[in-house]
Amino acid sequence: MTLFALFLCFLQIGAFSFGGGLAALPLIQQQVVTINNWMSMSDFTDLIAIAEMTPGPIAVNSATFVGINLFGIKGAIVATLGCILPSIIFVSILGYLYNKYKNHYLLEGVLAGLRPAVVAMILKAGLAIFILAIFGLNFRDINIVGLIIFLFAFYFIYIKKVNPIIILLISGLVGGGIYLLFNIPI
Amino acid sequence: MKKKDYVKLFRIMFTLSAFTFGGGYVIVSLMKNEFVDRLKWIEEDEMLNLVAIAQSSPGAVAVNGSILVGYKVGGILGAIVSIFGTILPPFFILSIISVFYNQFKENIYVSAFLKAMQPAIAAIIISVVLQLAKNIIKQKEIYFIIIMILAFVFVYFLNINIIFVILACAFLGGFYALYKQKKDIN
Repeated sequence: MTLFALFLCFLQIGAFSFGGGLAALPLIQQQVVTINNWMSMSDFTDLIAIAEMTPGPIAVNSATFVGINLFGIKGAIVATLGCILPSIIFVSILGYLYNKYKNHYLLEGVLAGLRPAVVAMILKAGLAIFILAIFGLNFRDINIVGLIIFLFAFYFIYIKKVNPIIILLISGLVGGGIYLLFNIPI
Repeated sequence: MKKKDYVKLFRIMFTLSAFTFGGGYVIVSLMKNEFVDRLKWIEEDEMLNLVAIAQSSPGAVAVNGSILVGYKVGGILGAIVSIFGTILPPFFILSIISVFYNQFKENIYVSAFLKAMQPAIAAIIISVVLQLAKNIIKQKEIYFIIIMILAFVFVYFLNINIIFVILACAFLGGFYALYKQKKDIN
């Protein structure tokens, strides 16, 4: 495990996350949790919660978080650089092509092909978190409180279009209170 | 651009990045408010192009947008100033959080709070997936719906590396655009 491996890992995350927002999630999960085991699925989910509640792109947030845990502040800087370097290269190239060829049907076609792929991949990350939250790691028992929180959150976020950060905080406070009050093992 | 304009550029990017919750698309529209409407440093049409490039490039949309806007108003130095303004706030915030995360997690209240947020995170991600999938299905192009389903089968059931799936889908999208272009000409 070297600084350079960390750099390469976030370079890939930066280079292949198209579509903004949660599009980087599946890549971060693959690189950081599945391939390199730098973080457990549970810590990864906490990281998303932290990233949702703080400003800044999730890729930059996770670069800082993972980097600092592995190598201290040096690691955070290297991982963040890896994560933004592809941005610098790609926006320069695309900016140049955009100005040169105003007709960019090919680029639009590529992006149209990527959009459905991004949906599928975010779903994969979402299902992994769903399974962790509802069934836990051993897959034996269903966490009823977790299931209720999920349904409550889904209803208010998807149907009622309430700001997700508010629902996240309410879930944490009320759900956390229930876990503590009824002594449910966490 | 004068020295004080670089300082202003840095200050605006830093403030936007430190206080904007809700992802890259929000921050890019706030950049438009600042640089097009208020400061009049960039033309409206030009800004729309920059936003399109920021969204088409891989990586965080906020970082991409800030590089492009910085370069537009202040050349290479402007781009560097902008990048730092954009990534420093999440870098500081996450550095502080990561240092305390392990201690925080051992606290029973914090761990109950984090644990209860996990199902809500799953709900947020699945809501986003449904919204995105709905947009793709609404286009009524069976080609992209098939790409979405196949991409999911490949990443979820067959565990194919996400990067290969992204490259394949980019190729399929580009191929389809070329094919349609040819058909329109004939």
